[in-house]
Amino acid sequence: MNIDFFGSLPLIVIWLALGAVGIAIQAFVRNNTRLIFGYYVATLVATAVLAIITAGHKSIAFNGMVALGGFSNYFDVLFCGAGLMTMMAARPYLQRENAEIDEFYTLLVSAVSGMMFMSHANNLLVLFVGVELMSISFYVMAGFLRTNSRSIEAGLKYFLLGAFASGFLVYGMALIYGATGSLQYDVIASHIATGQVNFPALLSIGAVLMAVALGFKVAAFPFHQWAPDVYEGAPSVVTAFMSTAGKAAAFASFIMVFAALMPHGNVLTPKLQNMLALVSAITMLIGNITAIAQTNVKRMLAYSSVAHAGYLLMGIVANSDQGSMAVVFYVTSYVFMQLGAFVVVGILERGNEQHLQISDYAGLAKRQPVLAFAMAVFMFALAGIPPLAGFFGKYLLFVSAIESGFLWLTLVAVLSSVISAYFYLGLIVKMYFSESQGHHEPNPAGMAGITLVVAATASIVLGLFTTQLLSVYGSW
Amino acid sequence: MGVSALLATLFGPLLGSIAILFIHRDQTTAIKRTAMVISCVTFLLSLLMIPAFDASNTALQFVVNQPWIPALDAGFRLGVDGISLPLVLLTTLIMPIALLASYDSIGKSVKEYYALMLLLQFGMTGVFMAWDTFLFYVFWELILIPMYFIIGIWGGKDRIYAAIKFFLYTLVGSLLMLVAIVWLGLESQWAGHGFTADLTKLQQISSHVGFNIQQFLFWAFALSFLIKVPLFPLHTWLPDAHVQAPTAGSVILAGVLLKLGTYGLIRFNLGLFPQASVHFAEIISVFAVIGIVYGALVAMVQTDIKKLVAYSSVSHLGFVVLGIFSVTTEGVQGAVLQMVNHGISTPMLFLCVGVLYERRHTREIADYGGITKVMPRFAVLFAIAMFASVGLPGLNGFVGEFLTLLGAFKSQTLGSWTYAIISASGVIFAAVYLLWMFQRVMFGTNDNAENHHLRDLSRSEYWQLVPLALLAIWLGVNPKPLMNMSEKGVQAVVNWVQNPSTAAPTITVPTQAPHAAHSMNTHR
Repeated sequence: MNIDFFGSLPLIVIWLALGAVGIAIQAFVRNNTRLIFGYYVATLVATAVLAIITAGHKSIAFNGMVALGGFSNYFDVLFCGAGLMTMMAARPYLQRENAEIDEFYTLLVSAVSGMMFMSHANNLLVLFVGVELMSISFYVMAGFLRTNSRSIEAGLKYFLLGAFASGFLVYGMALIYGATGSLQYDVIASHIATGQVNFPALLSIGAVLMAVALGFKVAAFPFHQWAPDVYEGAPSVVTAFMSTAGKAAAFASFIMVFAALMPHGNVLTPKLQNMLALVSAITMLIGNITAIAQTNVKRMLAYSSVAHAGYLLMGIVANSDQGSMAVVFYVTSYVFMQLGAFVVVGILERGNEQHLQISDYAGLAKRQPVLAFAMAVFMFALAGIPPLAGFFGKYLLFVSAIESGFLWLTLVAVLSSVISAYFYLGLIVKMYFSESQGHHEPNPAGMAGITLVVAATASIVLGLFTTQLLSVYGSW
Repeated sequence: MGVSALLATLFGPLLGSIAILFIHRDQTTAIKRTAMVISCVTFLLSLLMIPAFDASNTALQFVVNQPWIPALDAGFRLGVDGISLPLVLLTTLIMPIALLASYDSIGKSVKEYYALMLLLQFGMTGVFMAWDTFLFYVFWELILIPMYFIIGIWGGKDRIYAAIKFFLYTLVGSLLMLVAIVWLGLESQWAGHGFTADLTKLQQISSHVGFNIQQFLFWAFALSFLIKVPLFPLHTWLPDAHVQAPTAGSVILAGVLLKLGTYGLIRFNLGLFPQASVHFAEIISVFAVIGIVYGALVAMVQTDIKKLVAYSSVSHLGFVVLGIFSVTTEGVQGAVLQMVNHGISTPMLFLCVGVLYERRHTREIADYGGITKVMPRFAVLFAIAMFASVGLPGLNGFVGEFLTLLGAFKSQTLGSWTYAIISASGVIFAAVYLLWMFQRVMFGTNDNAENHHLRDLSRSEYWQLVPLALLAIWLGVNPKPLMNMSEKGVQAVVNWVQNPSTAAPTITVPTQAPHAAHSMNTHR
């Protein structure tokens, strides 16, 4: 058994910090949220730094279970970054809601470690462990506001449907194992590529089931129904985290699993591509069209996040390095744009679902110029208007899709982008062009301000550093 | 010096826009002055490009070529040629005038307004300068955001509807163009030259692209540009946007924004798809002719002066499109002239409407009458604007319109006189609706009590109108310098479209751009 200690440092650190030390601290120090908060911030920072340091050290360790370095470490940094941004935003939010219990941060870091499992997985079982670790943390976090029935409903709904999706995941893995005789990505890939498949029918069903399960996690049609309810009901900061980092993790797995399942030249590959292309097209249309009809900001953003899953799937459909690179870039910018938008919602919101309607944003530019500006940046970035970050990702996705012969899919993406501009602009119209009704005292942003500054800055300048980001991804 | 002037012209407004963000919002005078000084200095600096410009050379000049995203071969590629330089100068000229027109009329959110105006200028100048499809697209879309806010925040009663309509219309077209830009880059890759956004390389391969695909690409670009122009029947966003926009917004919209579309047609559609351009010249010209007549007829029945001027733009821009797709030297040259001339006369008309609106808060023709008696100086300038727009010989409008008609008349591509003959009626109609409007507003009896004591032009208004009026007269009497500037570039484009297999490509850069790298370094 080969254990690569150096390469697995980020994983080891987050496990130890969480599993051994973190739990111990919690056992002895009761309700010192400040200490726990600081401790987990330090954990995430250390993990991210180690991920950067060990990024160049590529290897497959633990008997082929775990991939280290490169791509996976890129995602580690992204997850830790999203985790940190969420923690900054969560503390003032939870304090306001009287729900700051130190377990929240433990759950959040445990979700991050689950995501890291997912991006480091080189074996379907490790992937499963990662997905479950992340999802179970999410179920609890979604229902974290115990006195709020919407939050509890969100937690329960997410749990029931998520458990169902996990069933698909396991079943798909079992069938793939049956067909190829292995759970390891690279072995599966080589078996499929060389045609050493026992029951081709099993493989195709297994692949479809994997797509179902991962499609559920990224909220792609027809498995997106849970997303609006859960995203709306969950505390805003949790939604911010689930809908961004969670989706990024699912896409990291999507890239790796489907790179293994769709080798070039295999009979199954074009069929899977077409299936995913159809899913992608319907997802973006449904997400964007439904978002137009929403009056609740959180719900609107939830549907927009569904639509973005559709865009991201274009890169998977393309089934090329270009496509994966596009997904990585897009998901990176998406994390900042969407997380930022939900954090703004969280700052403006009041207990008991107050101030969540689009009409509550009327005249925000007058009352809260900085918040309104940040929100406008996120909206334009999500709509993909250059020179903001969303545009560059979209451009890369278009290149990869057309390159692989999916012009029709690109045209659907164009159409749905136009549709999406309508509701993103709608919010800006409310904020900037309408007069405010009634007087709302703003909530103090506190540390959430840091998150906003980081997210807005990234949304503005990420595009200018496309090259650097792509080269980081390429060289790792 | 040319490169420095070009970079200053492009980045000056951006820096100004950022500088304004650092001024406190209550210091409105400081904000206005900063914006004004920046735009005037930018204008003067842009003039430095004229002596440095070599009109006998068809290649792009003052070339800047810096890598941006090597993986996509996208770069900061900037330069001007005889077709884009006049439009750059038009942009830098119109902006100080638009800002001056905003001095008194823009009362709320002054800081945001001036920052957005300068950002808008940055985008517009960039569109005319970019010879990289990716960069072009970024500038193209960058314009949407400030214009959307300018209409939406500082506009009239139905401003929100107009702003959204403007945004969505333009976005539909431009996203299709984005697909075409990507596809074109991939065509280069499939031809073995690697993915690229470099317009000079793309021009080398685009005329060899299969005709079916060329047709698709042609329309993807054309739709985007024709919406911006706007060509009938894609024009419906324009009257709304114009009527709702504040005066300065209309000035920019009519003066520069519409020309982005016609410029794009020459640069991209003629430049990249010569065969498809010839193939579709007739159908586009038919719509151009319909637009000329339709715009004029609709303008005639308007009761709102601003709407009338807006529809006159639809009609006038029809001439430009007709000239471009006649694919003759006269036609395209006329189109370039008409772009500049329309960019001078229509802003004047909008400024005049603004002057009236400022005093009476109505734009209904019926509310006016006999204004000449109370505002004699205004009457003179309004008359110049009106006659320039009509195309009276001796004023600037005449030359361009005449050349486009001549081009359409002679055009072998169109192959019929009908286009020119029907379009000529547009000139007559223009005289009818503009003169009739002028008569109802300015002459007759001043029997409305509210109109008895209107102030004549203020000093600021005077300075908005006089430079444009002088330019209108000067270009009418002596269009030669402007024609010389664009002549070679136009000839090259026409040659290229007529014989793509033998003619030299029109979008070229000097093989050595010695000062480009150097000056970028010093300017960063």
